[in-house]
Amino acid sequence: MNTTQKILGGKFSIEMQTFGSRGEPLLFLHGAGGLTGMDGFLEELGADFRVYAPHLPGYGESTGNEHIDDVIDAALFYHQLMDELGIPSAHVVGHSMGGMLAAELAALDVHRAKKLVLVSSAGFWLDAHPIPDLFAAQLNEIAGLLFHDTKSAAAQMLAAIPQDMKALEVWYVERVKRFAMASKFLWPIPDRGLKKRAYRISSPTLLVWGESDKLVPPIYAKEFSSRIRNCKLEIIKQAGHMVMYEQPAAFCKVVRDFLNG
Amino acid sequence: MKFTWFHLMPYRFLPEDFKDKYRSVWVDIPRDLYDPKIGHQLYNDYLDQLEFADQMGFDGLGVNEHHQNAYGLMPSPNIMAASLARRTRNANLVVLGNSIALYNPPIRVAEEFAMLDVISGGRLVAGFPVGTSMDTNFCYGEIPATIREKYYEAHDLIIKAWTEDKPFAWNGKYTKLRYVNLWPRPIQKPHPPIWIPGGGSVETWDFCADHAHQYSFLSYFGYLQGKKVADGYWDVMSKKGKELNPYSMGFAQVVAVAETDQQAEKDYAPHMDYFYNRCLHVYQGFADAPGYRTVKTIQAGILGQVGERASRIRQNLNWGDFVEQGYVIAGSPKTVRERLSEAMKHLHCGHLMLLMQIGSMPPELVRKNTQLFATEVMPHVRGLWSEYEDKWSPKRLPQAEIQMPARVHFETAEPSRASRPAAGITAEARNAK
Repeated sequence: MNTTQKILGGKFSIEMQTFGSRGEPLLFLHGAGGLTGMDGFLEELGADFRVYAPHLPGYGESTGNEHIDDVIDAALFYHQLMDELGIPSAHVVGHSMGGMLAAELAALDVHRAKKLVLVSSAGFWLDAHPIPDLFAAQLNEIAGLLFHDTKSAAAQMLAAIPQDMKALEVWYVERVKRFAMASKFLWPIPDRGLKKRAYRISSPTLLVWGESDKLVPPIYAKEFSSRIRNCKLEIIKQAGHMVMYEQPAAFCKVVRDFLNG
Repeated sequence: MKFTWFHLMPYRFLPEDFKDKYRSVWVDIPRDLYDPKIGHQLYNDYLDQLEFADQMGFDGLGVNEHHQNAYGLMPSPNIMAASLARRTRNANLVVLGNSIALYNPPIRVAEEFAMLDVISGGRLVAGFPVGTSMDTNFCYGEIPATIREKYYEAHDLIIKAWTEDKPFAWNGKYTKLRYVNLWPRPIQKPHPPIWIPGGGSVETWDFCADHAHQYSFLSYFGYLQGKKVADGYWDVMSKKGKELNPYSMGFAQVVAVAETDQQAEKDYAPHMDYFYNRCLHVYQGFADAPGYRTVKTIQAGILGQVGERASRIRQNLNWGDFVEQGYVIAGSPKTVRERLSEAMKHLHCGHLMLLMQIGSMPPELVRKNTQLFATEVMPHVRGLWSEYEDKWSPKRLPQAEIQMPARVHFETAEPSRASRPAAGITAEARNAK
């Protein structure tokens, strides 16, 4: 993994992680929690692809969040980033909130996403299946919403809260920064009109869902397949919302098969 | 020293086991705990109490805005202020205030406040809170990351609407209007005094200092714990070279007066318990949406007033602790006089907002508290800060020019308020059933 810092148009300074040096470019858009520093699936995808995983402004060391107010601003920011990386089109993989932004990115300019992978994606709202309010969840409830098995090593590691006071403050401030940014797309209901624009998405699209996703239940995959014309669904067993952390091997296999196929 | 009699208008009949059975008094409190018939009596009792405070010589009557909240039954405080504008003659109407980022467009606030100022003959204090996270983010769906920016824009628009002579266009980020042309305009010139109620955000101190608005710290923690925030405010004022005028700060304080210190405990202890353990029982997840407080405020380490951490601190406090730690200034008139003077000097505060109806307090007790305070305490503390000019109270029309309502006729046909049962009696009977 390499970490680089990139300046965009004088407005943004972007911290980005890159994996791999061969193959087609792959842009990964993280979810509301952000990159975790334990993103093994990106390393693995890096064997086949040149993986670019930028931190959204407001996350990590990336700045310029004041220039992004809504999903359109965010999608255009990603277009700009792709241009400056010299990858005007790429495979785009987005998780959760990142799935929502990936879909917007692809709908606004149909030539950007060569293939599109939406993982446990946000973007729609079904009255009959309300998405739990992650923003109001207590720290001890979050793991239950995100993981199939809260006792698994991945869940334990990702949901850990620092015990040391100083580390706790740093962790808390970073979490507030990230969720504040996420609130621009997800608060109070994670629907910003993708249903009006999804018809434009022409990229071959793979939907990946954890079988026991309690945050964005698999019923939402149906909503995506009914609105995006060229769609295929893979359900991963023994996985919740954080599917690529819980079942990285199964996740990477379906993504690789789809992108290489 | 100026005194505003401040009402939160709580629902007085939450069940005994409320805290165990329900997670929050705010946002998602079950609707079936609210009985509109009891509500009818409560609103009327509470307006009676504010009107009584006017008769007793308080300088201001305070109301504020909360949503989906059982301790604050005023989603629209302007409705209360409108009623008070007609039924009172002396006191200022301290509306603390309208959460201006929630109104679309915010000139609605400029208009309604102008109406109140005109109806009351220039007695309005215009409060502009950001609003709590519970009210603004969770109940009204405002995005936490942008609410402050929206608030500042609304503030600028309202002031311009009040002060500009000609119609103007407003091309804001959050509000776009081709014709802003306020009708009616407020009586007070250039506009009613603006008080900014805060819960301890550090940005609010700068904002008040830069605009010469009054800063009102609406704390439920009392004057001892309020000291940290007051000091923060005065530090900013001092650093910016502003006059350290005590009237530029307001502070809310629970005050409970009885014949003796012992009687005060007997009278008020259960209602303090109701307030702190039922009214302020707020689910931690609603206390502080991410992005509502700025990183600067979080790092300043100022603890929120509600939520789990706050209630843990209060959990096993008894009457002695509440008094000792300053949550309540309570006791005989002599005790209250002494502690109140000490508290106001301690905070360097000129505008006291008195919470004299708290939690489940019934009307008789509220009346006693109000009357004892007005006659036995207020005259003795009034002289404090007389060397300063209060630039933050309304400048009303001369008394002779203030219109009063024509006499109404139903007063003779209906039993008087005094002879009909107060809400408590009927409602308690209802609860017992």
